[in-house]
Amino acid sequence: MSSSTYIAPTDHAKAADKFMEDEERVNWHDKALWFIREKRDVASKQLPEWELLRETASQIKLNVLGNLDAYLEQFEQNAKQNGITVHWAADAAEHNRIVLDIIQKHGIQKLVKSKSMLTEECHLNDYLADNGIDVVDTDLGERVVQLAQEPPSHIVLPCIHKRKEEVGELFHKHLGTEKGASDPAYLTEAARQHLREKFLTSDLAITGVNFAIAETGGFVVCTNEGNADMGAHLAKVHIACMGIEKIIPKAENLSVFLRLLARSATGQPITTYSSHFHRPRPDQEMHIVLVDNGRSIQLGRKDFYNSLKCIRCGACINTCPVYRRSGGHSYHYAISGPIGAILAPNMDMKKNADLPFASTLCGSCTNVCPVKIDIHNQLYQWRQVLAKEGYVPSSKTQGMKVMASVLSNPTMFRMAGKSGRFMMRLAPGLANIKAVNPWAKQRDMPEAPKESFREWYIKNKKKS
Amino acid sequence: MKVGLFIPCYIDQFYPQVAVATLQLLEKLGVEVDYPLQQTCCGQPMANSGFSHYTQGCDSLFVKNFTGYDYIVAPSGSCVLHIKDHLHDDQNQAAADQIRSRIYELCEFLTDVLQVKELQASFPHKVGFHVSCHGQRGLYLSQMSELNAPDFSKPGFLLSLVKDIELVQLNRKDECCGFGGTFCVTEEAVSVKMGKDRVQDHLEHGAEYITGGDVSCLMHMEGILKRQKSPVKVLHIAEILNGQL
Repeated sequence: MSSSTYIAPTDHAKAADKFMEDEERVNWHDKALWFIREKRDVASKQLPEWELLRETASQIKLNVLGNLDAYLEQFEQNAKQNGITVHWAADAAEHNRIVLDIIQKHGIQKLVKSKSMLTEECHLNDYLADNGIDVVDTDLGERVVQLAQEPPSHIVLPCIHKRKEEVGELFHKHLGTEKGASDPAYLTEAARQHLREKFLTSDLAITGVNFAIAETGGFVVCTNEGNADMGAHLAKVHIACMGIEKIIPKAENLSVFLRLLARSATGQPITTYSSHFHRPRPDQEMHIVLVDNGRSIQLGRKDFYNSLKCIRCGACINTCPVYRRSGGHSYHYAISGPIGAILAPNMDMKKNADLPFASTLCGSCTNVCPVKIDIHNQLYQWRQVLAKEGYVPSSKTQGMKVMASVLSNPTMFRMAGKSGRFMMRLAPGLANIKAVNPWAKQRDMPEAPKESFREWYIKNKKKS
Repeated sequence: MKVGLFIPCYIDQFYPQVAVATLQLLEKLGVEVDYPLQQTCCGQPMANSGFSHYTQGCDSLFVKNFTGYDYIVAPSGSCVLHIKDHLHDDQNQAAADQIRSRIYELCEFLTDVLQVKELQASFPHKVGFHVSCHGQRGLYLSQMSELNAPDFSKPGFLLSLVKDIELVQLNRKDECCGFGGTFCVTEEAVSVKMGKDRVQDHLEHGAEYITGGDVSCLMHMEGILKRQKSPVKVLHIAEILNGQL
């Protein structure tokens, strides 16, 4: 694609502008997430072996990615032996079709679903709704955003962008709670009663998968609300949907990952429920859908494949100073924040070209990551790919060309510097015109000195 | 020992006093310093914007200017990290590699190479230290709060040698200020909000000055302070360590 014809979207910056219109909201959004980051710091510092755990997790996952085909086949074989039906989906569309087929085979009209970022990635809810199926998200935060007809803004805390008053309004409208009520305990109890009825009357439950174990053919689902268990245990049919990178070789590897996951996510030692599913109950059907949806393409990208180590803890999101101020929806992708910004371009470079630029490359993400994904380096590398492939605005490309030629030519650099500083001293107001100079919208320009360091040096230091 | 002084472009043009302080400080410590006159920029503005394929000119010029020195020293963690990670010259990769291994940010040069144990400097003020991300998480000038690892700070040690200085504690000791290169204009709103929040942390703790190792972060925070008509000033750490204020 030619760089001169393509204008990249600047969605992240625009959406961030909008989110920031309400500075009070931004302040508590930032504080709420920073509070979780601090809880994560405390939890991680209680384990002397924390950094070793991270390294071990990283190595286990690298081994998985290097032998993914073998582990997947081992998992499939063992899962089948356990009586689980295993399906393979090349992409989101195939995944959605497989799930719908199972639902329709049983003549089911409504179902419950616990948190699964994969199904968000595949837009399963919309697809099922279009086919007349009533899907109820049972994770409380997900139910809130579902009622608000919004996507989750965070992979672990789906409605972190909503005030409790806003949740109260939603519940008043949809669940019949008292108008104006915003007490979290009251609202949670209302949701509990509402969801209980859904659990009891649903014949089919969809869950995600946190870890699938190759040697046992079983899988683990982690929740804090027990909603995956409530759904799966009450339903005649359990469908678990997972990305193919969720495999780990052995059950003993859980001793590494379960210790890292919740500490990284929320600062808890472990999720309240870590539920191990191995086989269907005698009266139950259990299905697993193994989904590729771009993962094998990412696996083939030398600079980016290790993003598939991700265990979806959200630590990089909580720590990201940009995310905390721009909100999750500004990333316009199922997975927000730094990890989303390195996964999204793999799915669609054109649509997600803005995301790797929504970062200061501060590197905090990389260093909280429990599986040591070098997120900020990958953000940098994606920028190189996107610029080379022409997915950045042509004005930027032209600007960079000019900048590069000036900065590589000492004479031009000095002329530009001198005239620029002269202009700024002559008319300091000019450089501060907000419409021309985005720097100056909310910041003053530095004062221009009379001479550059080089000029000072020649005058004062240079021995002839 | 011969040191090549690398003064990043925006310091040369807008903050010459930082370069002067760096030069004077190094000379006071007995270092022979040379300033190559044809230097411009490390190329980071292009590379961080995705255009590392446009930086060959800057890279070759950098190699030409800084080949042959025992050390290259700069008062900027960010530019030093860029050279360390990315300097590349097809015509002369060996020289580029040598520069990458010999370039130091000012503070780490003072603590690690010169092993400075005392300084003739006094600064009787309340000072907030801004930790720059590239210096900390890239060059490991100090321990980051993300890791479960022993605490240390090279610039913190140097500031402890300054008489009468009072360093203020911050709520968030190593949060990014939001400058981020071209990010500061392409994501203007987020950048400014991050800057305002960072500045506020220093103000809440009574800082009269904000110092740090990167002029880019300081320039960003200075722009916000000035717009707020705040009396709080920014100073590069070299200016404090040089003791000529």
